[in-house]
Amino acid sequence: MTTETPTQPLETEELISGSEAIARACALADVDVITAYPIRPYDTVMQFVSKLIANGELKCEYIVAESEHSQFEIVKHASAVGARVFTGSSGVGWFYAFEVLAVTCGLRIPMVAMVGNRALDDPGAFGCEHNDALAVRDLGWMLNWAATAQDCIDTALLAWRVAEDPRVFLPCAISTDGAFLTHSQQIVQVPDKSLVDRFLPPYDRGKFQLHPDNPITIAPQVNEDWLMEIRRQTDAAMRRARDVITEAHEDFKRIFGRGGDPFLEEYMTDDADVVLIGMGSLTLPLKVTVRRLREKGHKVGFIRVKWFRPFPGPELLESLSRFKAVGVIDRDYSLGSPLNGGVLFNEVRSIMYSAEKRVPIVGFIAGLGGREITIPVTKEMFEVTQKAAEKGEAGQEIHWVGVRE
Amino acid sequence: MTTYAVEVVYRGIFQKSLSRNICRSIVLASRLEGKIGTAFGRYGDSPERNGIPAKYFAVVADDAVELEEVLAQYEPTQVDVSIVVDDTLCKGVESWAWYGLQPINALTKPNGTVIVTSYQDPEQLKEDIHAKDQPYDLAIVKGSKSFSGLWVYKDDHTDVRVLGALAKVCPDMVGLDSYKEAIIQQWEDQRKVTSAERAHGRVHVTPVEPGEGNPEEPFTFDMPGWHDMEEALVIPAVKPGGGFRGGEGGFEPVRSAVFKKFSTRTMRPVVNFETCTKCTLCWLQCPDSCFDVTPETLYDANMEACCGCGVCEDVCPVPDCITMVNEEAFTDNASQYEHWKRDRDGYMNWLDEKIALSKTEVREHGFHHVGQYEEQSQTAEVGNDD
Repeated sequence: MTTETPTQPLETEELISGSEAIARACALADVDVITAYPIRPYDTVMQFVSKLIANGELKCEYIVAESEHSQFEIVKHASAVGARVFTGSSGVGWFYAFEVLAVTCGLRIPMVAMVGNRALDDPGAFGCEHNDALAVRDLGWMLNWAATAQDCIDTALLAWRVAEDPRVFLPCAISTDGAFLTHSQQIVQVPDKSLVDRFLPPYDRGKFQLHPDNPITIAPQVNEDWLMEIRRQTDAAMRRARDVITEAHEDFKRIFGRGGDPFLEEYMTDDADVVLIGMGSLTLPLKVTVRRLREKGHKVGFIRVKWFRPFPGPELLESLSRFKAVGVIDRDYSLGSPLNGGVLFNEVRSIMYSAEKRVPIVGFIAGLGGREITIPVTKEMFEVTQKAAEKGEAGQEIHWVGVRE
Repeated sequence: MTTYAVEVVYRGIFQKSLSRNICRSIVLASRLEGKIGTAFGRYGDSPERNGIPAKYFAVVADDAVELEEVLAQYEPTQVDVSIVVDDTLCKGVESWAWYGLQPINALTKPNGTVIVTSYQDPEQLKEDIHAKDQPYDLAIVKGSKSFSGLWVYKDDHTDVRVLGALAKVCPDMVGLDSYKEAIIQQWEDQRKVTSAERAHGRVHVTPVEPGEGNPEEPFTFDMPGWHDMEEALVIPAVKPGGGFRGGEGGFEPVRSAVFKKFSTRTMRPVVNFETCTKCTLCWLQCPDSCFDVTPETLYDANMEACCGCGVCEDVCPVPDCITMVNEEAFTDNASQYEHWKRDRDGYMNWLDEKIALSKTEVREHGFHHVGQYEEQSQTAEVGNDD
C-alpha cells in the first residue's frame, strides 16, 4: 500500500480579467509601492489592487495621487530608494504623465506600468488603440503587448524580472487592450507564490539605491556636456535588454511550463505563403481565421509581436524572409509617416530593408478607437496580402480596413 | 464543436453585480463539465449611468481553441438565451453601446429563449416585446427587478433562480447539477441550491410564433462614412422649437429623432391636467426638457423624451397632479394630453387607475411592493422547506 504525500497545487485556476490578473501578479511579486489615478480602462486594476489589500492578500503602500503626473513621480522616487513598484494609466492619462515618463528612462528606474490601451480622447473615446503606449517608443521604455488574460499575469512577472535586472534597469509598460483584456474574464492559471519566488529575485538597486548608508545624488543638472553620454548609456541598456528578455523567457518556461519564444508567437507559419503580423488581443480572431482559411487549403499564418521595445528586428528579419507576402496590422496610426502607414508597419518595413529578398509588405490600419476586428475584416486583410504575393509587390497603398467609406 | 452564448440585459449600475454573478456562474459551472468560457460586460456606458440598459455576456465552448473567436469581441452576434432581469426592458433598449432602439430579443437565435424575471404574464410581456421573424420561447421566472448583489441589498436568490431556469431551457450548455455545484463553490449556501432547483421546476415557458408581439418598428440610425461626415468633429445644433404639434400656440422643443434615451425609464409621470395650476415647475426643472407646452399652457410629458427621473413629481406643488407610476403599467408612449382632450372622462378613469397602482407600491429600491421580500423568501423559491 502506498501513501500519497499531499502536495500543494502549484497553480490555481480562476475566472478573472486581464486587469485582475495583473493585480494578482502585483501580490505574487510582493510589490512595495503602487500608485494610481483613475482613468478607464486602466482603473479596473485599481479596483482589484484595492480588493487584494482589503483582503490582506497584498501588503503595500497604495497611494492614489492627485494626477497622473504625481502618480508616476511617486513610484519613480519609490523605485530609487529600492521599492518594487507598479503603476499604470490609459490614453491621455498616460500623456499627462509624459514629463515623468521621459525622465524615468535616463534615471534607469525599473518602473513597471500597465497601459490599458485607449484612444486619445477624441471627445471621450475610450476604446482600444495602441497610440498611447507607442508614444514613448523612442524614449527608453520597454514595451510589450499581452494577448490574453493569462498573458497579462505572465507578462507582468516577466516585466519586473527584466526591468529590475541590473544589466537593464529600464521602465517597462505592459499593454493590455482596453475592454478585450481589461474587462473580459477568462480562465487563468494563477501560479503559487513559491513558483514566482523561484523566478523573480528581490529587487536590488545596488549602488544606485538612494539611502543614508549610500550617499549619492540622483539626477543632477545635465547640459550639453553630458546628455549624449547619458543617452548612449540608456541605448546600451536597451540593447542588453534583448538577452535578458530571452533568458527570462527561458526561465519562465522552465519554472511555469508556459511561454514559447520570447519575442514572437508564430501561428501556423511553418509552410505558410502569406502571413499577417499584429500585436495584442487581435491575435485571437486572427488565429480563428488562419484555421478557417487553412481548412480551405490556403497556406496562411499569423505572427504576434510580443515585445515592441526592444524591437524584435533580427527575429522578424529571419522569419519574414521566408514568406511570399506579409501584411502588418496596426491598431494605431502615424499620420504623415512614410507611406502614411502605421507604426508597426514602418518598423517592419525598415528592418526588412536588409533582407536579401524583397518581400512585399502590405500595411493595414484596423480596429481604431476599439472598433472590433472581426473575422470578415481579418479575411479581407488576408485576401489583400494574398494578392500582393501573387503580384510580387505590395504597392504604395495603406489599407484602412473596417472604416465606413 | 458547439459554442453557447447567453446575454443578460440589465439596468446599470443597480443590477450589474446580479448580472455578473449569473454570467460568472455559467462559466464556472461549465468548467465542471470540462468546458471553457468567458464572461464580460458590454464595454459601453461605463461608469454606468443610473438605470441605463446594459449587457453582460457568458460564452461557453467545448475547448479553448473554439473559444478564441469570441475572446476579442464586444458581444456575440447571436445568443442562445437572452436573460432580462427587469421586465420594463422588454420594450426595447437604447444604450451608449449601440444606436437606435434594439428589441430585447434582437440577438436571440431562432428557437432560442428569452428568460424574463417578471410578475407579468406572457401575454402582457408579448405586448412589449417586438415581433420577430423567427420563433422563440418566452420563459418567465416569477420575480421582481432585483438589486441582489448591490451593496447592502438583500440576496433574493434571483441569480440562482435564473440559473435554475437556464438549466431547464438550455440544458445542453450546462446541466442543473453543475450549476448546483458551482453555487456551493461560490456561496456555500444550500438554500441557494434549493432556490435554483425550484426555479428549474417552476419556470414557465411559452412558445412565441413568428410575427407575434409588439408590431412597432424600432427607430434606427444610419451612420455616415468618412467622406460624408462633417469634418472637425462638428455636428449641427438642434433647431429651435416651435408651436405645440406644429401649430400656433404652445411650445415643443426639437428633439433628436435618433437618440431618445426613454428606455432608461422604469417609472413614468402621469399628469392630472384638471388640477394643474400651470406653475411651470415641472417644465422648468425637467433635466431632459421632456414637457411639451400645450396651447392652454398645460404641460404634457413627452414619453419619447422622458427618462423617468421623477423630478417633476418632486417639484409639483399640487397633490397627485404628477404621479410616478411603474413603467410596466404602460404599453405605449402616446400623449396623455391628447388622450385627455379626446376623452376627458376616460382619461380621468385611466389616471385614477394608474395612481391607485402607484399607491400600492413602496418606492423601495429593488422591491416591487411592500412585503415582497418576506413573501418571496417564504412562499416562492427562496429558503428552506422547514
